[in-house]
Amino acid sequence: MFINAILLALREIRRNLMRSFLTILGIVIGVAAVITMVTLGNGATRMVGEQIASLGSNLLILRPGQRMGPAAFGAPNFRLADAEAIRAQVSALKAVAPMVSSGAPLVAGNNNWSSTVTGATNDYFVAGNWKIAAGRTFSEDEQHAGRAVCVIGATIQSKLFGHQNPVGAELRVKNFSCRIVGLLTSKGQGAMGMDQDDVVVMPLRTAQRRLTGNPQDVSVILLSMRDDAAPEQIMPQIRKLMRERRKIADNDDDNFNLMDTRQIAEILSGTIGTITTLLGAVAAVSLLVGGIGIMNIMLVSVTERTREIGIRLAIGALEHEVLLQFLIEAVALSAFGGIVGILFALVSCLGLSALMNMPFEFQPGINLISFAFSALIGVLFGYMPARRAARLDPIEALRHE
Amino acid sequence: MSAAPTPTSSSLEPLIEFRGISKTYGQGQAAFLALSGIHLGIRQGEFLAIMGPSGSGKSTAMNILGCLDAPSEGEFLFQGVHVERLGRNQRALLRRHYLGFVFQGFNLLARTSAQENVELPLLYRGESALKRHTAAREALARVGLSGWERHTPAELSGGQQQRVAIARAIVTQPLVLLADEPTGNLDSHRSHEIMELLVQLNREQGITVLMVTHEPDMASYASRIVHFVDGEIASDTEQEVRTCS
Repeated sequence: MFINAILLALREIRRNLMRSFLTILGIVIGVAAVITMVTLGNGATRMVGEQIASLGSNLLILRPGQRMGPAAFGAPNFRLADAEAIRAQVSALKAVAPMVSSGAPLVAGNNNWSSTVTGATNDYFVAGNWKIAAGRTFSEDEQHAGRAVCVIGATIQSKLFGHQNPVGAELRVKNFSCRIVGLLTSKGQGAMGMDQDDVVVMPLRTAQRRLTGNPQDVSVILLSMRDDAAPEQIMPQIRKLMRERRKIADNDDDNFNLMDTRQIAEILSGTIGTITTLLGAVAAVSLLVGGIGIMNIMLVSVTERTREIGIRLAIGALEHEVLLQFLIEAVALSAFGGIVGILFALVSCLGLSALMNMPFEFQPGINLISFAFSALIGVLFGYMPARRAARLDPIEALRHE
Repeated sequence: MSAAPTPTSSSLEPLIEFRGISKTYGQGQAAFLALSGIHLGIRQGEFLAIMGPSGSGKSTAMNILGCLDAPSEGEFLFQGVHVERLGRNQRALLRRHYLGFVFQGFNLLARTSAQENVELPLLYRGESALKRHTAAREALARVGLSGWERHTPAELSGGQQQRVAIARAIVTQPLVLLADEPTGNLDSHRSHEIMELLVQLNREQGITVLMVTHEPDMASYASRIVHFVDGEIASDTEQEVRTCS
């Protein structure tokens, strides 16, 4: 009986291929939109998470100035002694990396490039989760004496040295020459879209002397917590210490800020999650509109096929058999629309994630939900026309022109 | 699925019996009495022609005989079963199992092959695909349409379409074949062909045929003619069955 109803419905869909296709278009677009939005949104969330993680594990960033951002005008820099004090007084830290940075032109052979040069201790590589691809980090002597050596990122290597091994080569930074002792493993794009590999690192003392000119100031201190550390305990400790050392009165605001990268990751993921939900909801509305399209066509179809329904009833079709036939027709249409929509979504997700440099992951959950929802729409919007068909009077229906 | 009401067969009892059947359309002032207290008995194997001017109630009688409509008053027995007490779905089951319909306008499903049209009643009976296929081919062969199985109604002449409709009506081997002006849309040559086919089915398969017509020429094929006038039976005459040419 049920199989018969499916057979009848499929026959009817096949008989009206063009119209069936136009009918399901709304559902196809709706399903494709929902799946694409949610899949891309989740991909973006995951990407941001990975990028924040690549900044460093359990990383705290201490900067002068009240808010996050590149500029910190007005607020005094930290002193090297501040970093020493944190190292001495705050336990549960794996690395304390005071650093300075300065933009500088770079020249090697016939190639030149402009980048940001960072002055830091070896702790920087620990805090920033950097791995050495070739060569080594700085020696004790190089750090202490402020030797002209540097470690470069993958972007610098490709811009200035191509495929040659840069370790041991000379790099001209601004007005002095610097020997490359190490090459960093590539990290790829950062959270805000910046290139993390566009980096030159030299010993803190070297940079202070030759680039920033001030042997005591540091602009940023990176703090890497131990895995078992609790940021909610460590952060107030550091803040209190800094307020004391910077002599901030009790009722004045901080003139520095301390950020937990995990917190940033959570905020960003939360924001992307909200946007994903919103876009998904908008797409779901289009799915609903698709459902109304199906109801419309089914109503037209019932009117158009009144005589056919009359024939079926006269031959001995029961009310629920006619109802089932039209209902299955609607569900088959919308479910088929769902399947086509899923295929569309797959193609558009692949294309868009490639375009936006995002990881693509097939998510069975949202695909299943969208499919089930499209079938449900078929039931909801197909029921009314189907009931109308089933309740027709066979005599009236047979007379219908 | 609930089984159709099973009529108890008895050769003495008429197959179909109207006992004081009335049918009123509308209500109050606008009420219109289409049938008033009809008594009619039809035995198995009869070929009954129902005649009468339009508005005489012959179509109403046909609708009630075909279990498409319920009478307002009176008793309608089909093989001893009180059809007037049955609901819409039970009447549908009676139609499915015991009746076959042929209409004036053929009423085939458009864009559907002759084969599929004929298979339709079997589909509702839940027959297997193989059984449907062979039964439909046999029925089409019986109406002389072997080789036309794959043609759609648009590709068939009026006479051929009516043959497909007759094949659809008899594919379930019904007790009664109801034909409402079966030749109304056909020229006289085709009309006689269709009538001969009906006579043949009546005689060879023992199918009781009830036919509405306003053409005396067509009615002459029947074994009995009932005339309706103003919702009442004006005459009821049995006649010699016309021999087929």
